[in-house]
Amino acid sequence: MNIFSAENLICVRGGRTVFTGLDFTLKAGGALVLVGPNGSGKSSLLRLMAGLLKPASGILRWGAEKISEDPEGHGGRLHYVGHHDAIKPVLSVEENVSFWASLMNGGSGDGKATLAALNTLGIGHLEKIPGRFLSAGQKRRVNLARILSTPAPLWLLDEPTTALDRETITSLETAITRHRAGGGMVVISTHSDMQLARHQVIDLAGFAETRPMLEHAL
Amino acid sequence: MNGFMTILRRDLHLAIRQSIDSMTVVMFFVLVVIIFPFGVGPEPNILARIASGVIWVAALLASTLSLERLFQIDYEDGSLELLSLSSVALEVIVLAKVTAHWLTTGLPLIIIAPLLAILLNMNKEGFLVLILALVVGTPSLSLIGAVGAALILGARRGGVLLALIILPLYLPVLIFGVSAVDAIMNGFEAKAQLLILGAFLLAALPLCTWAATTSIKQAIE
Repeated sequence: MNIFSAENLICVRGGRTVFTGLDFTLKAGGALVLVGPNGSGKSSLLRLMAGLLKPASGILRWGAEKISEDPEGHGGRLHYVGHHDAIKPVLSVEENVSFWASLMNGGSGDGKATLAALNTLGIGHLEKIPGRFLSAGQKRRVNLARILSTPAPLWLLDEPTTALDRETITSLETAITRHRAGGGMVVISTHSDMQLARHQVIDLAGFAETRPMLEHAL
Repeated sequence: MNGFMTILRRDLHLAIRQSIDSMTVVMFFVLVVIIFPFGVGPEPNILARIASGVIWVAALLASTLSLERLFQIDYEDGSLELLSLSSVALEVIVLAKVTAHWLTTGLPLIIIAPLLAILLNMNKEGFLVLILALVVGTPSLSLIGAVGAALILGARRGGVLLALIILPLYLPVLIFGVSAVDAIMNGFEAKAQLLILGAFLLAALPLCTWAATTSIKQAIE
C-alpha cells in the first residue's frame, strides 16, 4: 500500500518562515484537508508536496522513497490543481483536456475518458467551445476534468472550489469519494465546506513560527 | 520521445491557431530589410556589399521579438507549472518548445530571405551560402534566446530586458553568418564559417537547454 508522508517540514518564502515542524502521514484512500488563515502556507505546503517548491528542511516520502530523488517519477503520479487553470484560449475544451491526458499517458489521448470527465462535471456540451469563451467557473471545471481524465494516485487540490457552483462542488465530492475508494489519496485546501468522509485536518495556523522575529522588528 | 512530440504538436497547433503572431515576426523581418535601402541610398554596389549583414541583423531582431512569448504565456496561465510536473523531463519540454519556435519563426525567415537578397542586389553565388548559414545559425538563435526567455519569467517589461540579455550573445553567430556569405562573394570558400556555425549549434544544444531548464525551475519556485 502507498503511503505519502513528511517529517519535520520547514517552509521559508521570501525570507519569512511560513511554517515549521510539520509532519503528516497519508495512507491509500486517505484525505487531508488543509485549513488556516490567508498566508498561513496552505498553497506552499501543496507546492512542497508536488515538488514545485523545495523545503528549507525536512523530507517528503512516497513509501520509503524520497521524492527529491525522483522528481519526474513523483510528478507522474500526482495531479495538481493550482490557482491558474492552464486553459489555452485558442484550443477547444476537448483539446485542452486531451493534451494533458496524452502527456500523462505518454502520447495517446483517450477521447472517451476525456468526454466522460467533461460529462461528470457537467460541461460535456462545451466540448468544441474554445477556451477564451469560458467563464471562470467553467475554466475551473475544465481544469478539474483534466485530473479526472487520467488516473493518478495522488491529487493535490489548492482551493478547487473557487468559482464553482454548489452542484459542481457536489460532483467534485463524488469524484473524490470514487478516487479514494480506488485507493487514491487527496490533499485539499479549502475555505468553503466540502463533505469528505473520514478526513484528517491540518490547521496551518498551529505551525507558524512562534519565536519573535527580531530582524523584522528592526 | 512521445512527450517531445506531444508538446511539439501542441505548440505548432497553438502557433497555427494564432498564426498572426508568426506573421508579425516575418513582416517585421521584411520591413527592417526594406527600410535599409531608404537609409543608405539605392546604390546597387553598396546594397550588395551590406546585403548579408542586413539580412542577418534583421533576423536577430525578428527572433528577439518573438522570443518573449516562448515561455511567458505558459508561465502566466499555469501551464508551465503543470508541464514541469509531468513525467516528461523539463529539458525535453524546453527542447520541444524551442523546436516549435524555430519551425514557426526561424523557418519562415529562411524561406523569405532569398527574396530579400534579390531586393538588396546580392550576387547569386551568395544565395546558397546565405540559406545554409541561416539553416545552421538560426536554431542557435532560438536556443540562446530560450535562455533569455526563461530568465525574464516573472519580470515586468520582459521584452526589452530579453533583448539586452540575448543580443550580445547572438554576436558570434552574426559574425560567422555574415562572414560565410562575404567569403563566397570575395571568391573564397565558406566551409570553415559554416562548420563553426555548426559547432555553435552543437554547443548551444546541451548548454542552452540546461541553462533554460535551470532558470525555469527557479522561476516556478
